[in-house]
Amino acid sequence: MNYRIIGRFLAQILTIEAVFMLPALGISLGYGEWAAVRAFLFTILIITAVALTLFLICRKAPNALDAREGMICVGISWIVLSLFGCLPFVISGEIPHYIDAFFEIVSGFTTTGASILSDVEALSPGILYWRSFSHWLGGMGVLVFLLAVAPGSKDKGFTMHLLRAESPGPDVGKLVPRMRKTASILYIIYIVMTIINILFLLAGKMPWLEALCTAFGTAGTGGFGIKNDSMASYSPYIQIVTTVFMLLFGINFSCYYLLLMKQFKAVLKDEELRMYIGIVVIAIVLIVINIYGTYGTLGETIRHAAFTVSTIITTTGYGTTDFDLWPAFSKAIIMFLMIVGACAGSTGGGLKVSRLLYLLKSLGRNITQMLNPRRVKGIRYNGQIVSERILDNTNAYLAAYVSIIIFSFIVVSLDNNTIGTNFTAVLSCFNNIGPGLEAVGPTCNFGHYSDLSKLVLAADMLAGRLEIFPILVLFSRSTWKR
Amino acid sequence: MNIIIAGDGRVGSTLARQLSAEGYDLTLIDSNNSVLQTSMERYDVIAVHGNCASMATLRQAGVMDADLLIAATSADEVNLLCCSTAHGLNPKLHTIARIRNPEYIDQIYEMRDTFGLSMAINPEKQAATEIERLLKYPGFLRRDIFAKGRTEIVELRVDEASKLCNVPLMEMAGIVKCRVLVCAVLRDGTAMVPRGNFVLQAGDRIFVTAPTENLTVLLKNLGIITRRVRKVMLCGGGRVCYYLASQLKKAGIQVRLIEADYNRCQELNDLLPDAQIVHGDCSDLEVLESEGLTDFDALVALTGRDELNMILSLYAAGQGVPQVITKLAEVGSRGVIDSLSLGSVICPKELCCNNIVRYVRAMQNQTGAAVSVHAIADGQVEAMEFLVDENTNHCGVPLKQLKPRPNVLIASITHGSRTEIPNGDSMFHQGDTLVVVTSGRGVIHQINDIFA
Repeated sequence: MNYRIIGRFLAQILTIEAVFMLPALGISLGYGEWAAVRAFLFTILIITAVALTLFLICRKAPNALDAREGMICVGISWIVLSLFGCLPFVISGEIPHYIDAFFEIVSGFTTTGASILSDVEALSPGILYWRSFSHWLGGMGVLVFLLAVAPGSKDKGFTMHLLRAESPGPDVGKLVPRMRKTASILYIIYIVMTIINILFLLAGKMPWLEALCTAFGTAGTGGFGIKNDSMASYSPYIQIVTTVFMLLFGINFSCYYLLLMKQFKAVLKDEELRMYIGIVVIAIVLIVINIYGTYGTLGETIRHAAFTVSTIITTTGYGTTDFDLWPAFSKAIIMFLMIVGACAGSTGGGLKVSRLLYLLKSLGRNITQMLNPRRVKGIRYNGQIVSERILDNTNAYLAAYVSIIIFSFIVVSLDNNTIGTNFTAVLSCFNNIGPGLEAVGPTCNFGHYSDLSKLVLAADMLAGRLEIFPILVLFSRSTWKR
Repeated sequence: MNIIIAGDGRVGSTLARQLSAEGYDLTLIDSNNSVLQTSMERYDVIAVHGNCASMATLRQAGVMDADLLIAATSADEVNLLCCSTAHGLNPKLHTIARIRNPEYIDQIYEMRDTFGLSMAINPEKQAATEIERLLKYPGFLRRDIFAKGRTEIVELRVDEASKLCNVPLMEMAGIVKCRVLVCAVLRDGTAMVPRGNFVLQAGDRIFVTAPTENLTVLLKNLGIITRRVRKVMLCGGGRVCYYLASQLKKAGIQVRLIEADYNRCQELNDLLPDAQIVHGDCSDLEVLESEGLTDFDALVALTGRDELNMILSLYAAGQGVPQVITKLAEVGSRGVIDSLSLGSVICPKELCCNNIVRYVRAMQNQTGAAVSVHAIADGQVEAMEFLVDENTNHCGVPLKQLKPRPNVLIASITHGSRTEIPNGDSMFHQGDTLVVVTSGRGVIHQINDIFA
């Protein structure tokens, strides 16, 4: 393995981070928040210094990344990104404890939205902006951005490894022959949809900074609220707009590309999209029946149910109401939605709808083959036979998914909270949602956990966002063997 | 430009590597999924699994938006059907088919219209042509042709007996008595673009730019025997051998052909009435002896096995055969091959790819891009041909007033039918052809990149 490649790669990632901090610096300057200005200036200087040093040390690195280096690059760069990204919180003194700040920014980059802050409104505008912007950047992925813009990535060894490691889903492919073009298309769709979302929010008379932050949280399916009650105090119009956009950002982006290519039939027949819509509709109907009578009118009931279902299935984590007060059946559905997550190739987290489809289909096949041992049966997805390698990977993914949940649950339980709190905290962090139930419910936060639990939960968030393996390989001995 | 490559075999994947590195958008089609996976991992391309002659697969590969289709599967008929189907779907599409069966060769021109082909390539026939060209000028290891055949870059090996050994380049003109230019030197595996005070040593391989009409003078003054090749021994009776034998026959060169398979011998005897066909196994070197190897002017090793071809060439060179040419299917590592004295090495796959790449560049050539690019000196140096047009800067300015980029050399200027090896007072005008040599990869994309 070549450490220089990784070093130069990190230098590029850090440069991008520093550049993206500039708007936050500008906003702090505009509002005259000098502590925040100083914090961003220092952080940018530190990042630039580190990036320059890495560039100098690693300038002779070869260009081609192999599968192992690609995997390691993804894992390490997300960790490094978070280590430096939380510095503004610490330096400005707004989140003085480093581990708290680290948890907060990991929660941002992984688009989780779990917070340790009890009073969000006390944050200064620049810090608030950076916190929400981390969702936007983490949603589509920093490395995908690097692929799209980095000078020289045009004909160098950036092949599939990076996209595969950072993009969610069981079977990641390119949209067009060129990696750079694929990455650009994804980002252009992402940017355009974010802008439309912002315009809709501004039309609802939302102040512009709040509109930006809310749209970033929606687009990345992150869910950092900028009010202490998240979205509850906003008008029904804004809540409905956010519901729709959350659902839109939970759809596989290649569907939007197909729409642009005018292949409407392919989109309509997409099995994952159909199942996603089906789950959303059924979940809303069941919850509405279950909670009917809690809210004044049927309209309000449907609005809250729809908002909650979309915020959970897309793993966003905004809240309009405290669903921890709902009956047990609704909470059970919410926990199921937490695990399912959004579509592959979207900005959402979770197990992914397509993976659930594969698992269900392969379960069905196993039953058929148990009853008819000589039957040869492939598994079809959108009419195509799915290769056995992908099915194997999906099964391995499920195994890793369950083991990590159980392991983290046991460690987090050291803090002596209720089982419901601990389990939903792990589910919520690992699936990049944000709120859980009981003591980590929509009206509460993660501030009461110990430092160890916070680190474990932060690792869960990273593992969940990067689909486990890029983080898991960092702990594997064979990775570091020469 | 969108290019579809049907058939991800040897030629297909070599093309994928080269064309994707040059910045074209490639889609590969193959019916074998595992080769596609490998190509996707290695190169920046997208792959479609399926039969390349079926409309559904072609549509899925984006034939409607494609500019060029290259059909390089192992079957000629599939290639033809693929091109003809694709052309039917998208009439603006350029198509290139690989056609190898000798029975189709005579009808290729008629087939181009029938099947909507823009170009048909035959790697074996090309290899034969290339070998014939080398046999015409024994002494050169390789010849690259520019400016419609008016300029060439030839490769020579400097050995201890050579007149050029230990001579600085600026004194070379006095020895060869014609204007030529050493544009690249390969020493110990490293290529360099030399200056005037560079002293040649034994073991160097030099790349010389010369007007084609000066080649004979050059050889004569270097003391390299320009005895005409009259008798050639061909080992292995495959397709290349058939094409080569029939071409050599036209040039009046006597051919003796050794083939191990008796039925093939009879077939060849039928096809090549003038050739002497010997039924024998080339791997048995006694056979070569008994056929009088040392009386031949040249030996061409053309069997289907690379290892055997290399051994045959080494043996023939050791026996003192004046010219040896080796065909290799795979030139994995040039460095290893060059350390052996295999004479000239011909790789049909590479020739075929270079030809296609030239076609692709010509298609792209609207904005002063290179008309053709030849990789010389183990691929470390590129020789490019440019056309000077109205958008070219510095027309009519003496070269001494211009500052070319580092590692870039203008090797020749062709005005009309006259090729000039440039000096400080030379200048180029609209309509001229320039040959430019550079050792920096990817530095020059169009003609105006030559100068800083």
